[in-house]
Amino acid sequence: MTTKQTIGLGCALLGAIGLTGAANAAEQITFVSQGGAYQEAQTVAILDPSAKKLGITINQDSIPDAWPAIKTQVGSGKPIWDVVDTPTGYCMRGGEQGLIEKLDFSKIPNAAAMPEAYRSPYSVSYEFYSSVLAFSQKTFPKGAPNSWADFWDVKKFPGRRALRNHPIATLEAALMADGVAPDKLYPLDVDRAFKKLEEIKPSITVWWTSGAQSAQLLNDGEVDMEMAWNGRVSAVAKEGAKVAFTYNQGILQSTSLCILKGAPNLDTAVKFLNEAVDPVHQANLPLNIDYGPGNPKAFETGIIKPERAAQLPSEPANASKQALMSYAWWSSPAGEAAEKRWAAFMQK
Amino acid sequence: MTRSVPDPSQKHQRREHGLMLALVSPALLVILALIVLPVGWLAWQSIYHDGFTLENYRRVFTEDIYWRSFALTFEISLGVTVIALLLGYPVAYLANSVPKGWSILILSLVVLPFWTSVLVRAYAWLALLQRTGVINQFLRYLDVISEPLAMVHNTFGTVVATVHILLPFMVLPLYATMQKIPGDLMQAGASLGASPSLTFFRVFLPLSLPGVLAGCTMVFVLCLGFYITPELLGGGRTVMVSMLVSRNVELYNQFGAASAVAVVLLVGVLAIFAVVSRFISLDRVLGQK
Repeated sequence: MTTKQTIGLGCALLGAIGLTGAANAAEQITFVSQGGAYQEAQTVAILDPSAKKLGITINQDSIPDAWPAIKTQVGSGKPIWDVVDTPTGYCMRGGEQGLIEKLDFSKIPNAAAMPEAYRSPYSVSYEFYSSVLAFSQKTFPKGAPNSWADFWDVKKFPGRRALRNHPIATLEAALMADGVAPDKLYPLDVDRAFKKLEEIKPSITVWWTSGAQSAQLLNDGEVDMEMAWNGRVSAVAKEGAKVAFTYNQGILQSTSLCILKGAPNLDTAVKFLNEAVDPVHQANLPLNIDYGPGNPKAFETGIIKPERAAQLPSEPANASKQALMSYAWWSSPAGEAAEKRWAAFMQK
Repeated sequence: MTRSVPDPSQKHQRREHGLMLALVSPALLVILALIVLPVGWLAWQSIYHDGFTLENYRRVFTEDIYWRSFALTFEISLGVTVIALLLGYPVAYLANSVPKGWSILILSLVVLPFWTSVLVRAYAWLALLQRTGVINQFLRYLDVISEPLAMVHNTFGTVVATVHILLPFMVLPLYATMQKIPGDLMQAGASLGASPSLTFFRVFLPLSLPGVLAGCTMVFVLCLGFYITPELLGGGRTVMVSMLVSRNVELYNQFGAASAVAVVLLVGVLAIFAVVSRFISLDRVLGQK
């Protein structure tokens, strides 16, 4: 190689470095959510605007259940993901097991401004959904079941029923059916909840495992009432099925953002976390999908019109009718024990 | 027997074997890298988690739910195998006894469902069997029933759909075995004065038994590992072993708890193969001969 060529090459390299520096392309993160319409809605409302505002690249990945992957990635010592959107309980359990980074809220002012119930040392609420009592309007043109006590009352409300094949939210519903007030649920009286579930068990036609299945059951008229996620029910209703749901005694649940321990782009990930719960981005989420913003300040931005807000699970008036799920309880030893007890209950 | 003199064709044969080995080695490597190693790694995790432990196995062998799941899985597999045999044998018999053109038609009908995914077929059965499904609506239209029958979201629906999926694995080995039974034997039986049913039960049926055993083993073993069908059609109550595997990953947050279940099932399957291979060459079960 001649000297001239070497200098030429050097200049080209320097130029390339200068260019990337200018475009800030070195800053990027890998963000993981659950895919489908939900992730598309986030891309429009939150991810693309955040990337633009921060001048970073957000690489997206999706997985229905991130938890096993978090375990393997962090376990391998070289995680490839940075930020994960996953049910809040997993963020907290991951935090306790050393799989999730502890957050420094001084660097995340948007999260620091949120009420304490909306964050944990390891996570920030990202969006809200609700496990609600849904019913067929064909079976119940009027006088529909309106509480879990009604759901449990097979004489007054005859019909086929479905519940989720999972203890989370189901135990809460059982306790409310047994007369426990929505704000007095935790710590759950697990024995009482399972006893109440034994009572309804013979009348449960299907224990559903996926959201799609719950939607299909309602859509096909396979069941007359069931516990389902609000977004699934409203999607079926939008397609023209005669179904409806009530937020009364719904169980308000959330997914949260958390950062994998040893994430390859930790600093950028923290910056992104702050931007993702910005009230304006958050307010745009429910314009694209039937989930409520994780940041309650989103309702004060004026972006969400009142009639839209009234449909959302985390809108203050709706939220007041519901029980706020305690992920701290579910990731405690008592919660884990209750989760293990579920399988024995199902097979008896 | 006397020892044979060295055969010049033996050298040729050895070379051919060497060539065959070279040709299959890429496939063997793929199996080694993608199946044997990961399965071995999972099995290792079931006994090693921050130190050697048998906790995962203790759980499998002492907790009630595992026992119930294994029992249910074996029950369903046995039921599916018997039903598949009762349904499959006549089909294979027919395909064997009709002219070639017809047998090709029958066999392609048997194989046709292979082209549709298991998931799609599970949903198809849902559309047929559920409360508002085709069968219930038809029966109600005919006034045969007043209340819809519960044909799905239970073990019944699971068994029906599983039989449908596994039937080809019964019919094909049966047909292959029946093809090799010389037709002369039946004629000989008839010429000696036996009735058609007697020749069937005394000659044909015993000769077809290797096919029966092969088909039953295939169906039984495949059924043990079914996941999607019981998950979608079992209504949450039909918890088969494969579902325990996935549930254990969620519950115990480590692969070891799940792979212990898988290892127990795998050992069970290998034991079944070991027993069966005492009666019949494994090659035939796997359809090579």
